Amino acid sequence: MDAEKAITKVQELVYEIKVNQVMVTDVITVSPHNLMSELRVLLHDKRISGVPVVEGTTLVGLVSIEDFVKCLSEGKMNNLVRDRMSRDVITLYDDEPLVRAVQEFDRRGYGRFPVISRENGALVGVITKGDIIRGLLKRIEIDYHEEEIHRYRASYFFEDIIADKTTLIFQYKVTGKDFSRAGRTSSGLKKTLRRMGIPPKIIRRIAIATYEAEMNIVVFTDGGEITAQVTPREIRVEAVDSGPGIPDIKKAMEPGFSTAPDWVRDLGFGAGMGLTNIRKCADTMHLESTVGKGTRLEIAVQLNGAVKHDSGDHH
Amino acid sequence: MTLGEIIKTLDCRVVAGNTNLDAKVRTGCGCDLMSDVLAFIKPGAILLTGLNNPQVVRTAEIAEIRIVCFVRGKQPSQELITLARESGITLLTTSLPMFEACGKLYMNGLSGYDE
Repeated sequence: MDAEKAITKVQELVYEIKVNQVMVTDVITVSPHNLMSELRVLLHDKRISGVPVVEGTTLVGLVSIEDFVKCLSEGKMNNLVRDRMSRDVITLYDDEPLVRAVQEFDRRGYGRFPVISRENGALVGVITKGDIIRGLLKRIEIDYHEEEIHRYRASYFFEDIIADKTTLIFQYKVTGKDFSRAGRTSSGLKKTLRRMGIPPKIIRRIAIATYEAEMNIVVFTDGGEITAQVTPREIRVEAVDSGPGIPDIKKAMEPGFSTAPDWVRDLGFGAGMGLTNIRKCADTMHLESTVGKGTRLEIAVQLNGAVKHDSGDHH
Repeated sequence: MTLGEIIKTLDCRVVAGNTNLDAKVRTGCGCDLMSDVLAFIKPGAILLTGLNNPQVVRTAEIAEIRIVCFVRGKQPSQELITLARESGITLLTTSLPMFEACGKLYMNGLSGYDE
């Protein structure tokens, strides 16, 4: 996954994940009646910078390493925690989104926040920046695990194959007049190419051209087939149907020329821009048609070494 | 503009999709003709449209558009909403007509697709 995408994903997740999903619930606490000297072992052994002070289940304060050091320098280690702790504690509710915690960390510069239950105000956990990062990473890992595996395998596909010439072929059936499913082919091809690690700009061109070709098959014919051929050099898409054919190809290629019926226009297509769009997206385009027999469209987009390939491709 | 600002400006209802209100939107396109959308829209733009059928979501998916806003109070069908969820596309509706919706966004700093 590229960095920009990862950041967007994280931005989404900090709104989605709740504080109680990443906080530590096994919290070390002290009583307000403990002596300050008793903190020494706790702070040192657990390597923590602050401890919530709890009476019963209620959070009454927070005692930090700073409070401890100050107490030490004043030689008053026999003071009670309750006399040295800060009572004005910033807390988070357990059901708040992580973004709130992130904002508080930014604003206050503290290392940790106690988390309290919204229902009864009891201390239920503690959250640190580390907990947030761990929580996010875990979630991203789960969300992307499958997609990453797909992409890894696919992007090294050409590298792993030893042959003089390698061509991957993907075939799709397009059902005529079925508008609810129109676009599935281009959508599927787009996802496949993304998994292969093809550059996004090239995917966009292929996807748009394929989508227009797919719409043409759906609109004008009873069905057809779209085939994509991927080599390390280029992507070639062929759309074949056995529909009514195009009587005048030159005319059909003119921007704005359309024979589409009104119901097609109602769907947002049929304005005579389809073939123009396809030509704009493709490096080469070839269209042949016989009236009464069908139409064959072939486009190609050059990869120009954008995809890694094995040295088996000798030239 | 951010998605949140757009929702506020057009008084939108969020019908489907991600809720990241801080997502930056740089350009917009108001269009009912999907072929024109495919031909001219910039990736990451918001699409305002009066067209209400699944091809809008397909077009958005193909053209890398993550936010679609239906104008003049058009309510997308359940089929369309489901498709949008699968594709991770945010769907909004506004009761404003196309001209006003585009005008308000333009006044608030959203540029056209030609820049």
